[in-house]
Amino acid sequence: MPATSKAMRDSHARVFDLDILSLRELNQALHNLAPGSNETAWEVLNPKGNHSVAVGVDQPVSIDVRGSVGYYCGGMNSGSTITVHGSAGPGVGENMMAGSIVIKGDASQYAGATGKGGLLVIEGNASSRCGISMKGIDIVVHGNIGHMSAFMAQSGNLVVLGDAGDALGDSIYEARLFVRGKVDSLGADCIAKEMRPEHLELLQGLLDRAGVTGVKPSEFKRYGSARTLYNFNIDNADAY
Amino acid sequence: MTYRNPPTTPRKSATFDDYTLSEIRRAAATGIYDIRGAGAKRKLPHFDDLLFLGASISRYPLEGYRERCDTSVVLGSRHAKKPIELKIPITIAGMSFGSLSGPAKEALGRGATLAGTSTTTGDGGMTEEERGHSKQLVYQYLPSRYGMNLRDLRRADAIEVVVGQGAKPGGGGMLLGQKISDRVAEMRTLPKGIDQRSASRHPDWTGPDDLEIKILELREITDWEKPIYVKVGGARPYYDTALAVKAGADVVVVDGMQGGTAATQEVFIENVGQPTLACIRPAVQALQDLGMHRKVQLIVSGGIRNGADVAKALALGVDAVSIGTAALVALGDNDPRWEAEYNELGTTSGAYDDWHEGKDPAGITTQDPELMKRVDPVAAGRRLANYLKVMTLEAQTIARACGKNSLHNLEPEDLVALTIEAAAMAGVPLAGTNWIPGKNGF
Repeated sequence: MPATSKAMRDSHARVFDLDILSLRELNQALHNLAPGSNETAWEVLNPKGNHSVAVGVDQPVSIDVRGSVGYYCGGMNSGSTITVHGSAGPGVGENMMAGSIVIKGDASQYAGATGKGGLLVIEGNASSRCGISMKGIDIVVHGNIGHMSAFMAQSGNLVVLGDAGDALGDSIYEARLFVRGKVDSLGADCIAKEMRPEHLELLQGLLDRAGVTGVKPSEFKRYGSARTLYNFNIDNADAY
Repeated sequence: MTYRNPPTTPRKSATFDDYTLSEIRRAAATGIYDIRGAGAKRKLPHFDDLLFLGASISRYPLEGYRERCDTSVVLGSRHAKKPIELKIPITIAGMSFGSLSGPAKEALGRGATLAGTSTTTGDGGMTEEERGHSKQLVYQYLPSRYGMNLRDLRRADAIEVVVGQGAKPGGGGMLLGQKISDRVAEMRTLPKGIDQRSASRHPDWTGPDDLEIKILELREITDWEKPIYVKVGGARPYYDTALAVKAGADVVVVDGMQGGTAATQEVFIENVGQPTLACIRPAVQALQDLGMHRKVQLIVSGGIRNGADVAKALALGVDAVSIGTAALVALGDNDPRWEAEYNELGTTSGAYDDWHEGKDPAGITTQDPELMKRVDPVAAGRRLANYLKVMTLEAQTIARACGKNSLHNLEPEDLVALTIEAAAMAGVPLAGTNWIPGKNGF
């Protein structure tokens, strides 16, 4: 494996070139990592839109993916730090448990879906259904997000520096949404809420963790659940 | 003396029968449709409408209690490194923790393990009770992803991607707030006491091509070790089975209309989907047309009650069946010993179906700590194991009479139908004829 040998000499990172090795070999090597392994730095070359790159990693390693990926990159991540130096296809970081994923480019639909923990940063734009059914994950999008984002979002925080599409936060439970730009429309049971000091503090922390500078928490509006649909009542039937 | 007309006998409408009238009154009084569990209750074409042709001269029977009749089955041999190997072709269907109590889940695990088969989680995640007591556990990957995590995914023996359910193809669910204990709330990442909606569709894929990629992801996460099942509600079994195979499923699970549910609208349960009997032949046909019959295994569920049902399903081409409601009854649900308490709830043992309210006197479909103490997991597990073994013995008895040394050697030729409807649905001749409706014959 010539590519691997050179990279290991230069950076001490373990390099996987997907032009040479298979996706299966990459994921198996990541899954074989034992707790406390010294192989803490990984580099993936030539991802070329492969699906399921670095899914199910449960060790605190860093993985740099040099290029764009297809579906479900970093799916179910449980502690690793993944950086995609390109764009990501649908479902990036789906059901993430812990750790972080940074997308230097754009992300397709349902980024961070059902995520339970960790931090997902999209430095470009995200598409529709960003943070759908999120369950504790923090998501920071530098650009815009599409329609039906945070649908049935249960908990966690979604921060959007740009604009949001239609039906933001439809049927939302306890997740918090912070949007700096305009929102095309709010979904059922989602309302604008007061930005109190604790929210400003929380948002500043999220911006800091996501590497956002030059932006103040006071520039954002907060959205969340009106909690009118938490228990079914026939008098609310028009909302369904 | 005045002449009086003779009295007439009051006649109630067949359309507006007593039950229909009571439902109209209830809807008018409460402003909400009835939500319940327990699956379809209307009479549907079913396995009872089929009969076996025991051997005489043209077939040679095997000796009961002496000659071996194999019952084992391997599921998921298409791609998985570690297929599921079961002693009997009867599995326990997915039922959620949240819907069921912890002791009930433990009892399912104990009973299934004693009988040599698998259990399945449900919409609520994996519990230690179930994992600890189930030798083989299928982990359901549901639209809600309640309780889904990497650790449990890897602790499972197989993964079942649930796309639909027989009681409600295309429908989601609702666990009412009163059933949300601290533990259920934590597993589902939701506040205690609020209604919990189970989504009707997976949030991160939108069609069969996406499903294929999702299955690839699950295989990558679990290193291609575990079989991937795909479960569909019995509505379009031919096309759904074909698409599940195309997406890479190792096992297809088709859940017919008699399948259960924890809580769904009565109008949905009774009016959406197709009877289990009607789902089998199209699903088998899809596998045969693709050249995948017996390569991708088929599990059918929905209203399986006894060994005859098992044998009939297998004869029509399925590899295993799954039971849900029947397993709960075996554990002790709807037992007449609690009749007085069922009466207090406005019902009777045998008809209790408000499983979502958390008041189950039998302690099975509840999170009430006092009620759930009524389930002894060891004793209830033993009852389930007994029931599973009886069903297997019954199926073997029939198979031997048909001359088969394996349950899986049963075939459609062993069956006839009592009704034209069943003959058409099952694709077997009407009894006394060689006529299969829709095919040539006299």
